[in-house]
Amino acid sequence: MLSTKQDDEQALQNIIETFRGKKGITISLLSKIQESYGYLPQEVLSKVAKELDIPEASLYGVATFYAMFRFKPLGKYTIKLCRGTACHVQGSLLIAQEVMRHLGISEGETTDDGLFTLELVACLGCCSLAPVMMVGEDVYGRLTPDRAVKVLDGYRTNKRGEGNNG
Amino acid sequence: MANTIVRVGMASCGLASGADSVYEELSKVLVGDENTILKKVGCIGLCSYEPLVEVEIEGKRTIYGYMTPELAKELVGSSLQPTSVLKEKIIYSDEETRAPENNRMAKQVRIVLRNCGIIDPEKIDEAISRGAYEAFSKAVKEMSPDEVIDEVYRSGLRGRGGAGFPTGLKWKFTRQAKGEPKYVICNADEGDPGAFMDRSVLEGDPHAVIEGMAICAYAVGASHGYIYCRAEYPLAIKRLNIALDQARERGFLGDNVFGSGFNFDIEIKEGAGAFVCGEETALIASIEGKRGMPRPRPPFPAESGVWGKPTNINNVETYANVPWIIRHGASEFSRFGTEKSKGTKVFALAGKVAKGGLIEIPMGMPIREVIYDIGGGIADGKEIKAVQMGGPSGGCIPSWLLDTPVDYESITATGAIMGSGGMIVLDETSCVVDVAKFFLNFTQRESCGKCPFCRIGTKRMLEILERISNGEGKMEDLDLLYELALQVKEGSLCGLGQTAPNPVLTTLKYFREEYETHVKDKKCPAKVCPSLIRYTINTDLCIGCTRCARICPVGAISGKVKEPHEIDDAKCVRCGQCKQTCPVSAIFVD
Ligand SMILES: Cc1cc2nc3c(=O)[nH]c(=O)nc-3n(C[C@H](O)[C@H](O)[C@H](O)COP(=O)(O)O)c2cc1C
Ligand code: SF4
Ligand code: SF4
Ligand code: FES
Ligand code: FES
Repeated sequence: MLSTKQDDEQALQNIIETFRGKKGITISLLSKIQESYGYLPQEVLSKVAKELDIPEASLYGVATFYAMFRFKPLGKYTIKLCRGTACHVQGSLLIAQEVMRHLGISEGETTDDGLFTLELVACLGCCSLAPVMMVGEDVYGRLTPDRAVKVLDGYRTNKRGEGNNG
Repeated sequence: MANTIVRVGMASCGLASGADSVYEELSKVLVGDENTILKKVGCIGLCSYEPLVEVEIEGKRTIYGYMTPELAKELVGSSLQPTSVLKEKIIYSDEETRAPENNRMAKQVRIVLRNCGIIDPEKIDEAISRGAYEAFSKAVKEMSPDEVIDEVYRSGLRGRGGAGFPTGLKWKFTRQAKGEPKYVICNADEGDPGAFMDRSVLEGDPHAVIEGMAICAYAVGASHGYIYCRAEYPLAIKRLNIALDQARERGFLGDNVFGSGFNFDIEIKEGAGAFVCGEETALIASIEGKRGMPRPRPPFPAESGVWGKPTNINNVETYANVPWIIRHGASEFSRFGTEKSKGTKVFALAGKVAKGGLIEIPMGMPIREVIYDIGGGIADGKEIKAVQMGGPSGGCIPSWLLDTPVDYESITATGAIMGSGGMIVLDETSCVVDVAKFFLNFTQRESCGKCPFCRIGTKRMLEILERISNGEGKMEDLDLLYELALQVKEGSLCGLGQTAPNPVLTTLKYFREEYETHVKDKKCPAKVCPSLIRYTINTDLCIGCTRCARICPVGAISGKVKEPHEIDDAKCVRCGQCKQTCPVSAIFVD
């Protein structure tokens, strides 16, 4: 992952060059930046806007329209808690509430220790395991509020995979 | 020549259930076995039995469910024949007639899912060995563009993205439109929050979609294609990229395809998480790098689409049907289905159904058959209440209309829509006010904000639903809700706003009593709405085991060991965990 401070100038320059002179690039450009930095740092956006001669406001216009873009760094693990229909009818709201209570954050926020970011997402494609959440790349199904919390505590103590219903 | 194939379902639900450790074990114990090929495949469709292992010996298939690494080892140890333990795990078999899911498979017709769960999607040769790109070759070498369009038109194929517009007709419009170059777009935004059909096709058989687009491009005269895929589907994007590279290497994409002078290539555009971008004009704006706002139609994309040029846009599943139609002929396709709805439809069957999964049925099958014969009925023997079809744009079809056949017109007549393929079963423990609220909350957040009715109307509707589920609703609210729903439908520019009221309208129409119970009696019959329910402990039954007190996340339960416990209603957040955990069923909800 790039950082905004160090000698990542060249990497950023490379990103800029890939997009120079092309049309319809805003979303791909923003995704590339987010992929590289983990979020959209303000100073990077300003620089890119200047270099590619795109109004900064139009970058922000697009970035704020789409749910995917973030203006803050992510935690170490991203929790993707499914709020799709199948998960909803199997009680995913109760799980979301419990996770929020337990971590002391709401949707889109990151815990103070930088460990977890909570995202509420739609269908993760495993509705028959509803309710479902992903922590990083791992998927946990047939959750109850209590189990969801135990799973997360597992990451705290570095025992990932705890509670996976293999 | 190896005549034995072992397949492990490695789609998302397989991975979630531990398919990778089963695969790992198999690859360890099968090492050096030249007679057996081990494959990672996409969704097999029997999602509720994951992890799944399929053994094919000389063309005969046996599918095992609930596999573990130990069972995998046992399977290999017995030369891939079922031992007595493994016999119990057989869910489908070409030979064993009594396997539990044989009927489920027999009821389905696999056109779109013809290769899903069978081929390794990262290997083009496996797709080719099952006929991929034959239709494309036939189209380019033996058919004129008009003949291709005519074939698709006569098949009766209609758009699978929701609206059901005849695909052949749409292609004809794009072909006839003036302007160069022309474009084809695959809509892989799959915005319905309870659906994963398109994703399963993209992950399990990407070549089907690429070939469908290539045939379309040849027919309409396009040279460039876009696949607009949600960024939330990284595996689908990865598989598409691999498939595109392999198709280019083989000369199915690029310049002068099959030496015919036809040039065509495809580029992937990532969607960035906005439901409205599934709407075609918004999607086009998004491809152009702008905010994804719909614009009025006409002009339709066929006339003026991406970069103002004629553009044909179809859904993933629509394209995946096309190669099959060209290969087997329009009349073979139109054998399946009803008079106006031909072919098959893929559904993600989920919710309170016993055995959900990815299914493909011939159009015209009654919903009841889908739920009972394929889905195995309702989990835990409860009563079915309704089926939700069409997601946020669709509606709830009540249990007394379960004989409705699955075709565009019949589903629309109920007030729901065919939609893209989400089919969520609701039982007596699902509250319709809650379901309506869920979808409205979704559409309200996803409204792009351009139309006041969509932006503000849905918000007002949501507020009313919240009042009702909080027990603060009045009877007038029900009429107001209905009126607002009609206004939002009328006053919105795009399909999002026009269909957003459907979940409310259908539940009001079929379940008005349940709304009234919320309003008049301040009760939620399904015991879902938190403000209208209350958890209590029956002190005569409570044995003081303290389990409930330990699981309660907010410390609402007090009591000494071996003495009756008590819930502090003011603290209780209605999570329901105490009731589930109580060993003597002493906790009740009213
Ligand atoms: C709010 C909204 C969301 C939509 N989302 C999708 C989608 O996710 N996938 C899709 O194929 N069509 C979606 N559509 C329908 C498209 O606008 C378009 O009709 C479809 O892609 C045409 O393809 P078809 O004829 O093959 O169905 C959506 C429409 C609306 C109004
Ligand atoms: S109906 Fe809603 S989503 Fe569609 S254009 Fe209007 S405001 Fe936007
Ligand atoms: S329902 Fe949940 S919050 Fe309420 S008492 Fe039971 S465990 Fe505690
Ligand atoms: S709705 Fe949650 S995985 Fe599909
Ligand atoms: S995703 Fe595993 S069988 Fe459907």
